[in-house]
Amino acid sequence: MPEPHATRRQFLVVASAAALLAVPWPTLAMPDAMKAAIRDVVKGAVVRVGKVKFDVPPLVENGNTVPVTVSVTSPMTDADHVVSIHIFNEKNPQPNVGNFYVGPRAGRGQVATRIRLADTQTLTAIAKLSDGSFWSATADVVVTLAACTEEAS
Amino acid sequence: MASALINVPATAKHGDIVEIKTLMSHIMETGFRHTETGAVVPRNIITDFSCRYNGVEVFRAELFPAFSANPFLAFFTVATESGTLEFRWAGDNGFS
Repeated sequence: MPEPHATRRQFLVVASAAALLAVPWPTLAMPDAMKAAIRDVVKGAVVRVGKVKFDVPPLVENGNTVPVTVSVTSPMTDADHVVSIHIFNEKNPQPNVGNFYVGPRAGRGQVATRIRLADTQTLTAIAKLSDGSFWSATADVVVTLAACTEEAS
Repeated sequence: MASALINVPATAKHGDIVEIKTLMSHIMETGFRHTETGAVVPRNIITDFSCRYNGVEVFRAELFPAFSANPFLAFFTVATESGTLEFRWAGDNGFS
């Protein structure tokens, strides 16, 4: 038998879901630690999807060394350049991977490195441009052998 | 003693964008691993890297335990003038 509160409850559920969907950026599925780490970087600014290209192999056999490349579309002039690039992960013990500070002297808004991944997960790269805007890209990685699990001898 | 590998084009035309690749030998111990007896292996990582071009900082990175052992970094810079590139790695236990 339907309770009188049911419709009100349903309305609240729908309303809160709509409020969450109104968030301009898909932070919904992220763990809290990752959200907090991203908040420390963007400081409440809106993060938009685009401009950033995140190259990660989709299937990784060894999580101890995963080559990643982040490149940002930017003319890299004094007036319009990439200020910093940040990489975050979902499932490592720590949400930060690295912060890279580039500038107009870089000539190209790109950085490449090798990282550890503890599990199959989604990585996020965020770039800050000189006009204060933030852009992001995500990449899904399947990891068959995880890093950080083996015992040290 | 740690050793580093750095790969930069020997010559470049004025205004060329050159890629700089660096590789540093370092264990990058995460601090999240345990020994067989359950003791935590203390963290020992490089936390900061910077590259100066004739004294001007052109690239800087903050590293976290998620970096692989022997951290590799590749980035770009504009060859503005002849000069020296200065690289600096710094980390736990006074590593530098």
